[in-house]
Amino acid sequence: MEHTPMAHRPAAVAAGVHDNPFMKPMEWVSLALLAAVILVVLPILLDAFRLNLVGKYLTYAFVALGLVICWGFGGILSLGQGCFFGLGGYCMAMYLKLEASSVENTKIQSTPGIPDFMDWNQITELPWIWKPFQSLPLTLFLVVALPAFFAFVIGTAMFRRRVGGTYFAIITQAIAAILTILIVGQQGYTGGINGITDLRTLNGWDIRTDSAHNILYFVNGGLLIGCILFAQYVKKSKLGRILVAMRDKEDRVRFSGYQVASFKTFAFCMAAVFAAIGGAMFTLQVGFMSPSFVGIVPSIEMVIYAAVGGRLSLFGAVWGTLLVNWAKTSFSESFPELWLFGLGALFIAVVLAFPNGLAGIYRTYVEPRLTRKVKALAPAEARALPHGTPAE
Amino acid sequence: MFGDYSLADLSAIFAMQGFAGLILFSVYLLMALGLAIIFGQMGVINMAHGEFMILGAYVTYLCSTFFQTYLPGLFAAYFFVAMALAFLASGALGMLVEWSLIRHLYKRPLDTLLATWGLSLILQQTYRTVFGAREVGVELPSWLIGSVQVTDTIEVPINGIFVMAVTTLITLGVAALMYRSRFGAQVRAVVQNRAMAGAVGIDTEKVDRLTFGLGCGIAGIAGSAFTMVGSTGPTSGQLYIVDTFLIVVFGGAASLLGTIASAFSISQTQSTLEFFLSGSTAKVITLLAVVGILMLRPQGLFTLKVRR
Repeated sequence: MEHTPMAHRPAAVAAGVHDNPFMKPMEWVSLALLAAVILVVLPILLDAFRLNLVGKYLTYAFVALGLVICWGFGGILSLGQGCFFGLGGYCMAMYLKLEASSVENTKIQSTPGIPDFMDWNQITELPWIWKPFQSLPLTLFLVVALPAFFAFVIGTAMFRRRVGGTYFAIITQAIAAILTILIVGQQGYTGGINGITDLRTLNGWDIRTDSAHNILYFVNGGLLIGCILFAQYVKKSKLGRILVAMRDKEDRVRFSGYQVASFKTFAFCMAAVFAAIGGAMFTLQVGFMSPSFVGIVPSIEMVIYAAVGGRLSLFGAVWGTLLVNWAKTSFSESFPELWLFGLGALFIAVVLAFPNGLAGIYRTYVEPRLTRKVKALAPAEARALPHGTPAE
Repeated sequence: MFGDYSLADLSAIFAMQGFAGLILFSVYLLMALGLAIIFGQMGVINMAHGEFMILGAYVTYLCSTFFQTYLPGLFAAYFFVAMALAFLASGALGMLVEWSLIRHLYKRPLDTLLATWGLSLILQQTYRTVFGAREVGVELPSWLIGSVQVTDTIEVPINGIFVMAVTTLITLGVAALMYRSRFGAQVRAVVQNRAMAGAVGIDTEKVDRLTFGLGCGIAGIAGSAFTMVGSTGPTSGQLYIVDTFLIVVFGGAASLLGTIASAFSISQTQSTLEFFLSGSTAKVITLLAVVGILMLRPQGLFTLKVRR
């Protein structure tokens, strides 16, 4: 990706632990602002339907957040994040579906107690891949573990052989395509093109009511902020620095004795787990999961969320996701045929004109002015602001 | 899975499916050729490649309608005109795109990928606005309809033979252009060492533009040939893009021979499996095998040793 001469930011290199707090004051402000908007402002302003919609968007923000770590910091562009989103979502959906297909709910079927689409496909016994999803703790474990394992296998196989860049992007894309074809083709086991629908309760708790949607929205928002904090922790750690170093000069890091492949695999797994959490929350809030969230098109669309927000900014990823989805919804409602033009133009514009997205615009145009204002107000405090934000 | 068939049946099945695979191979190869030039030689990921192909298909469709209405006497020959026009249209659009978009992004391959994806969305929507969302098919001239009876159990469609002939010609033409012409030597020189090629007086920017245009033009021809065997919709291109990229990567980028070999093996595997399994399972197995092999051998089947 872009190569930033290290000489431009000696502050970041020379800074010891003391000058390197967990978050800079401005970042605390950003976090507070984001938390306030997600957890206070939007729930007050929006009706139940719109809030649920925002909740759906925020599940994509998990994917964008993972992409910031993996693509922005690590330089690994995965075009198969839909895969992991889908895996997480399907794990959750399988559990919910099994709960909704209890024997008394499905007694009109020829085989009661199995999901309806299996019955339609003449399957008479619950397939073994569905068995683990009868238990909630195991499901929650698998939501995280399955995508992590999957990403670990892909990552290890690819990064060990020093496959990266565009090749990695193409292969992850192919994997997303394979998974979609598999899900659509194996109708009896996966629900096919329609996906897994008609989900009702989570461990006896009806997830279709407005109050449930509300609670799930807050759980989702809380999880998202937790994920941002974790990502921030990784970004600030030595690991995060190695990731950035690797992105800019991979060979130097390798010759310094670091095992580049393991770091890349970690970043990829982390992005996968984030995406999977998003997927599981998506299923809970929207009430279904289908292959249309797994394939190539959604996977690349999720990349644009991170790109619009700013591929180097954790908060930017969330704002970008909200903004693009808001635009998508409002455009598709009024001018459906214009939306694809808009989205296409957005891809091109964000690459050509604003490679650092909203966060980049903020850092170049808004932040200097803000800093000047702050300086005028409180000169002593302004000096404490660290220099050299990694804006490239 | 072979149990219910006699040996004679099996050989006929393999021959028929093999031939169906050859048609698939031809379309794949035509698409992959353009991509092999763009991705293999220039390292640019053009996600809009499928849309360039579809542009060729729509040009062919327009040509067939035009000939039907105004020149019914020449209808038998319209396809050759259509192919030339498809090449020119896609090539010209390709050069325009290179000039306005790609050349700013040569140092950022992943960003090129995103930008060309955006371009593909715009093109798709343009096709939808202009030609409608429904798939269109072309009227085949009478000499392309029907099939040749080879033996009692084996028959091959004529349009398939025609597509294969076109593919063979184009492939030979591309090989000659890349390995026997001055332009090809320049392209290869730029690939191997851009700075040095510039230093000896090759206009590298012009070579880039022409190479990109050539790759897109061949995609246009692929689209033109595609209309012979399938119908065209605004999103048809997207269906093939992943397969095509896999073919190029599997064959080993920058290797024409590798592209041919990998297009052949992938299409043959897929069409043979398709007869015994469902279409989706065949596709999954084929793609999984390719991805699996690529994980073990990321450089692909054939590699060109280039000092980077």
